[in-house]
Amino acid sequence: MQRLGVFVCHCGSNIAATVDVKKVVEMAKLEPGVVHAEDYQYMCSEAGQARIAQAIQEKGLTGIVVCSCSPRMHEATFRKCAEKAGINPYMVEIANIREHCSWIHKDMEEATKKAVILARAAIAKVNLNTPLKAGESRVTKRALVIGGGIAGIQTALDIAEAGYKVDIVEKTPSIGGRMSQLDKTFPTLDCSACILTPKMVEAAAHENITIYTYSEVEKVTGFVGDFTVDIRKKARSVNMDKCTGCGVCQEKCPSKKAPSEFNRGLNTRSAIYTPFAQAIPNVPVIDREHCIKFKTGKCGVCAKVCQAGAIDYEQKDEIITEKYGAIVVATGFDIIKLDNYDEYAYNQSPDVITSLELERIMNAAGPTKGHLERMSDHKPPKNMVFIQCVGSRCSDNRGKSYCSKICCMYTAKHAMLIRDKYPDVNITVFYIDVRTPGKNFDEFYRRAVEEYHVNYVKGQVGKVIPQPNGQLLVQGVDLLDNKQILMEADMVVLAAAIEPDPSVRKIATMLTASIDTNNFLTEAHAKLRPVESPTAGIFLSGVCQGPKDVPETVSQAGAAAVKAIGLLAKDKLLTNPCTAKPDELLCNGCSTCANVCPYGAISYEDKQVNDHGIREVRRIAQVNSALCQGCGACTVACPSGAMDLQGFSNRQIIAEVDAICR
Amino acid sequence: MQELRNRAKELLADGTVVRILGWRAGDLPYNPEPAYFQSAEELDDFVYNGFCGANLSKYMIEASKLEGKTLVFLKPCDTYSFNQLLKEHRVDRDKAYIIGVGCKGKLNAENLKKLGIKGVQSISGAELSDPCDTLTVQTIYGEKTCSYADAMLERCHVCKGKEHMVYDELIGESKDTKDADRFAEVEKIEKMSPEEKFAFFQSELSKCIRCNACRNVCPACSCRKCVFDSTKFDSSQKANVDSFEEKMFHIIRAFHVAGRCTDCGECSRVCPQGIPLHLFNRKFIKDIDTFYGDFQAGEDTETKAPLTNFTFEDVEPSVVAERR
Repeated sequence: MQRLGVFVCHCGSNIAATVDVKKVVEMAKLEPGVVHAEDYQYMCSEAGQARIAQAIQEKGLTGIVVCSCSPRMHEATFRKCAEKAGINPYMVEIANIREHCSWIHKDMEEATKKAVILARAAIAKVNLNTPLKAGESRVTKRALVIGGGIAGIQTALDIAEAGYKVDIVEKTPSIGGRMSQLDKTFPTLDCSACILTPKMVEAAAHENITIYTYSEVEKVTGFVGDFTVDIRKKARSVNMDKCTGCGVCQEKCPSKKAPSEFNRGLNTRSAIYTPFAQAIPNVPVIDREHCIKFKTGKCGVCAKVCQAGAIDYEQKDEIITEKYGAIVVATGFDIIKLDNYDEYAYNQSPDVITSLELERIMNAAGPTKGHLERMSDHKPPKNMVFIQCVGSRCSDNRGKSYCSKICCMYTAKHAMLIRDKYPDVNITVFYIDVRTPGKNFDEFYRRAVEEYHVNYVKGQVGKVIPQPNGQLLVQGVDLLDNKQILMEADMVVLAAAIEPDPSVRKIATMLTASIDTNNFLTEAHAKLRPVESPTAGIFLSGVCQGPKDVPETVSQAGAAAVKAIGLLAKDKLLTNPCTAKPDELLCNGCSTCANVCPYGAISYEDKQVNDHGIREVRRIAQVNSALCQGCGACTVACPSGAMDLQGFSNRQIIAEVDAICR
Repeated sequence: MQELRNRAKELLADGTVVRILGWRAGDLPYNPEPAYFQSAEELDDFVYNGFCGANLSKYMIEASKLEGKTLVFLKPCDTYSFNQLLKEHRVDRDKAYIIGVGCKGKLNAENLKKLGIKGVQSISGAELSDPCDTLTVQTIYGEKTCSYADAMLERCHVCKGKEHMVYDELIGESKDTKDADRFAEVEKIEKMSPEEKFAFFQSELSKCIRCNACRNVCPACSCRKCVFDSTKFDSSQKANVDSFEEKMFHIIRAFHVAGRCTDCGECSRVCPQGIPLHLFNRKFIKDIDTFYGDFQAGEDTETKAPLTNFTFEDVEPSVVAERR
């Protein structure tokens, strides 16, 4: 029989204001096995923990239940406390009477009733707890960064500088990401390429960094400290060791009709290409969809002109397998598709463009060599309209519910840069709110209004109508003046919402990292663990976690690197002892558990058993507890119920359910 | 029948097999029973006719543990069960010599009663060599005839086809007897209101006497120790304290065999109370087909079962909730 102690926390008024803690103590005392129950203002405090330790020692407790906040908060705290006081840390159960009870209920009587039931369930469970011992696992001292934008580059550089090996996997032919497409960066207006390319070069040259471009993560197995990752290096059709990056192949390539991804389809590129001049590595890839040689078998011009003999039409995708201790996701963002926003005529007129397209137009290396012109007739615009929040802060399901955060600032930037270079261009910005929190941000926006006389109109645009004369008729509303606006524009720029890069869904699934309804990766704790995924060993860098601008992304990239370094610096990790264990006499040997195990922790062996006198050799499941992560998939898949999870056994769970239903 | 018997004797004589798993005549013309035969003499009792519905696959679990090879006769639909057991490592392929035996649909003696044919003395027209169109029954009330199809088991009206999925040799001709929609009954229940569904299952399952025949005959219920027989789980106790224990038993059983049930129909065939137990399993099969694409358990031994496999094309869990 267990001797149990129950400790009910007030959490200041967080719990005590809604739950009658005295009543919980009183009711807990009536439960089987409970020999001690008390309440205290802050159980997690020094004094609170001292009370627990004292009760364990004085009353000879064998297990404890702490009725407090979520186990995610303080389970570790109370386990440590119990261990110090001399009992096994896995003889501790938490009844979450804060998040699951006091915070979500208003009525004291109801909440108290629920708290009593939650306590009762935890007591029923701990009655069946058994002491468990954590094992150890090793840490592979190498990190993987998925995504080679500014977030991934910064994280990789920081990890590499700390002395650890790090690999970057980038799906496009070059690292650089979205930032490489930008012209200038707010609020200081320095040239994006000027600050990014040195970092790209530094990453490429760093002895601890290996870059896999034109590559994708194919498969991830293992767990924190010991991930095994398959990386697919897509066939580049160019030998990276031989290519000198002279660029002749791109010049001579007769197929020049492929839309340029880097220039957002505003112009075309050759079938063999590097995305941009400063690409790293400076080795082109052949886009087999557009290559004449691959389409018809005839051509081969690039191979003929290549002095280095680097062209290899026979090249195949290659899978490399590498082990990592930590994985950082830095998959970045794209802007949303504008199919749901037909009213802005994006698909009808080439003069309605997105802000990212404007970045390319303004860029000296862009499709117009930096001249501001309409894409339809290449004439300079006189009147421009910027529309904010296209798909952001959307209350219906056409767009995104969140604020994309960067649009207010880059629109102010665009307006100012245009007015500076082309003072005769009139600019009108339609906005819902102008949001400029950030160092020197509001000053930046005010400069656009006050010094550059950009016309900011509070209100939304209802429709953009392309006119036969090539003009765009903009119908909007000025909410401050309460009047309709009808104006003609030569160009309309849409601040389209940003969303996580679509590839993140597949990656999150492979990593078993959770994502929210908008496909942003979820952090372990919104405030206290913002750069870690709830999945151990997975860290988050950049916009994959939520909308951010460049400085924020770089800060977070550094933070993610520090977390990864903290992990890599350890030689051994304690493993979770709550692993699966088969009852050998019940096991059918059917392999169902092995089929569902995501960690490859289950194998089978022919084993001599003595089943109540029947001696025979049976095929029986074996769990490698170093690989098992205690997810419990096997326990529910097992048809005979032979597989059970230590610390969360079927009996314990049924006991909890029984206690709740009692 | 004679051909099967002779071939069995041959295989026994040349030492290929040491025993035969087949059917032996029962005490009535329509109740042959599964049996082992160890010698040529014993084989004189061997029968094979339209009433040999029993699926012999499950017996191969025990036979796999015995010394030497066992000759087993499997009808086309039985071979799905055998394959499924192979996949689950419950039978040993090397211990089995499989004769894929022809099948023209199997009969349900209960149907004869429903057709008003009682006091049966002998039945003809149900041999494999017969065309199996009409049954002629000698009864104490005189000779009666009925259509073969009218006397068939429900499962034969939704026949999986005349192909054997696994065998060493084939004897006898088979016929695809499918003439009904497999999921028609399930769809009818799906259309019921929750109250109607509850009432339907309440009235059907309250007939259950917990004889465990369905479980014992089911090739998917092959656990060494059933959760309902084990003191480890409290499941049996749980079922008993509920005022409607059979509901628990049958629902838990359906969940345990989900994705592994080949729809062999043995559960309904052996139920002494005539409960249409196969409907539970068929509902699972229908849902699996809908959510993960058509899947037939036991079709082969390689394909990963949808419920214990994950692909990126899998439906999101919310689909189930949204579908209602």
